[in-house]
Amino acid sequence: MSQQERTYIDPDVNMENQAYWEAAKENRLVLKRCTSCGKTHFYPRSICPHCWSTETEWYEASGKGTIYTYSVMRRAEVPYVIAYVTLEEGITMMTNLVDCDFDALRVGEPVEVQFRQTEGGWALPVFRPVAAA
Amino acid sequence: MSRSCKAYIAGVYEHPTRKAVDKTVPQIIAEVSLGALKDAGLTMADVDGYFCDSVVPGLGGMSMAEYMGLDLTHTDCTETGGSSYVVHVGHAVQAIAAGKCKVALVTLAGRPRAEGLATLGARDHGGELPERGFEIPYGPAVTNLYAMAAMRHMYEYGTTSEQLAWIKVAASHHAQHNELAVLRDVVTVDDVVNSPMIADPLHRLDCCVISDGGGALVIVAPEIAKSLGDRCVKVLGHGEAIKHLNSGNFDLTHTGAAKSGPIAFAEAGLTPADMDYASIYDSFTITVLETLEDLGFCEKGQGGKFVADGNLISGVGKLPFNTDGGGLCNNHPNNRGGMTKVIEAVRQLRGEAHPKVQVPDCTLALAHGTGGQISTRHGSSTVILGRNDA
Repeated sequence: MSQQERTYIDPDVNMENQAYWEAAKENRLVLKRCTSCGKTHFYPRSICPHCWSTETEWYEASGKGTIYTYSVMRRAEVPYVIAYVTLEEGITMMTNLVDCDFDALRVGEPVEVQFRQTEGGWALPVFRPVAAA
Repeated sequence: MSRSCKAYIAGVYEHPTRKAVDKTVPQIIAEVSLGALKDAGLTMADVDGYFCDSVVPGLGGMSMAEYMGLDLTHTDCTETGGSSYVVHVGHAVQAIAAGKCKVALVTLAGRPRAEGLATLGARDHGGELPERGFEIPYGPAVTNLYAMAAMRHMYEYGTTSEQLAWIKVAASHHAQHNELAVLRDVVTVDDVVNSPMIADPLHRLDCCVISDGGGALVIVAPEIAKSLGDRCVKVLGHGEAIKHLNSGNFDLTHTGAAKSGPIAFAEAGLTPADMDYASIYDSFTITVLETLEDLGFCEKGQGGKFVADGNLISGVGKLPFNTDGGGLCNNHPNNRGGMTKVIEAVRQLRGEAHPKVQVPDCTLALAHGTGGQISTRHGSSTVILGRNDA
């Protein structure tokens, strides 16, 4: 069931995305939404890519979503699953799927957010099938 | 000479090397330039426009202009990855039509094999790349990104690994006749689906080759083409588009070809049914399948059925494609396949493809490039080409 996991490299933290990574350290997934047009975008930016307003705000996501697609990277020292997960909030984000049987995964399956520590002490949002909870 | 056009492809050259241990990149660039100019009947002294990618040595095209002794009035280093050279054809036509240059040289060269590089593994594009931290830690190698598009296509449309395999099978049937091809053995659907899984659902034989080398194109104004003879090929239409993750609202079953294709066909006043031959960018089998659908050779979701049973094999199927063996079997110089797509389309229109794969009376052809990754962001470019008398 649980495989050996790869080492996660650090994200690139900068003044525009720091709140996202600080929240991840606290095991919270936050997203950016525009207070002008109301739409959420991903990855988080200081200017809304939908209406180009600078009025954007952070909010906490549900952490729940479904697998849009995935691929098991077999040809790696430690095989891993890359995926796109569509969140309840509507956006689709790149991630890894963890705590799962690689061969039992399916597109459309419900997943929930988990966090994995990176080499330098940051944390990375990853997802696991809800059934595994 | 019925169809009008603003510029012609007068010369093409594909470097014969597939592993360049004894040559520098500038040397390969100069060799392919000389090859394409000789093919056109021109010399370096005739070139006044230079088009290159952003991975050329130096700042833009300046160092290579100096190395080759070019005297330029126009330059363009538009970068869309492996499709750059298809974009450059379109941009060269525009520059010629605008009177900015008369003889445009387009080059590509690289030596990933000699330098021991593979495409496997995350690529570091630098700290200011805005999406970097949201992608690189998750391990996007090239193959697993294309694999995610294939996985979604299978989920939505029931596409199978066996159908994808037919694309490699067709490429291998063509490559057997190309003595320079990296992979010359004819493979079967079983060979492809039984090759090692790299990133589900893509097997080793769903992937293109890694090769050194390069190529060049010479695009000229109509008055120059007239003096060079009937081996010049018309550029009848061009389209380009960038597709990206659209702030987290995207699908992975379409590529930018859905935009670049209709623009190119409209400019040419032609349709997919008019094409006698197609060069389709083939970094992976799924790249071909989605592109064929997006360009309108079949309906979205029907690509699997379209490519099956040898439909892409010259002399067998309805749409002969990549008759040099493509990136899947022949050559994918510097991990960038757009250049060789244009070159083989020109060979077909001149009647200079290998006799075993030459499309009889090939009059109209398409070449399409897909650069970057179809599961993140990529540049698509389509050109419609016509024989001199088209």
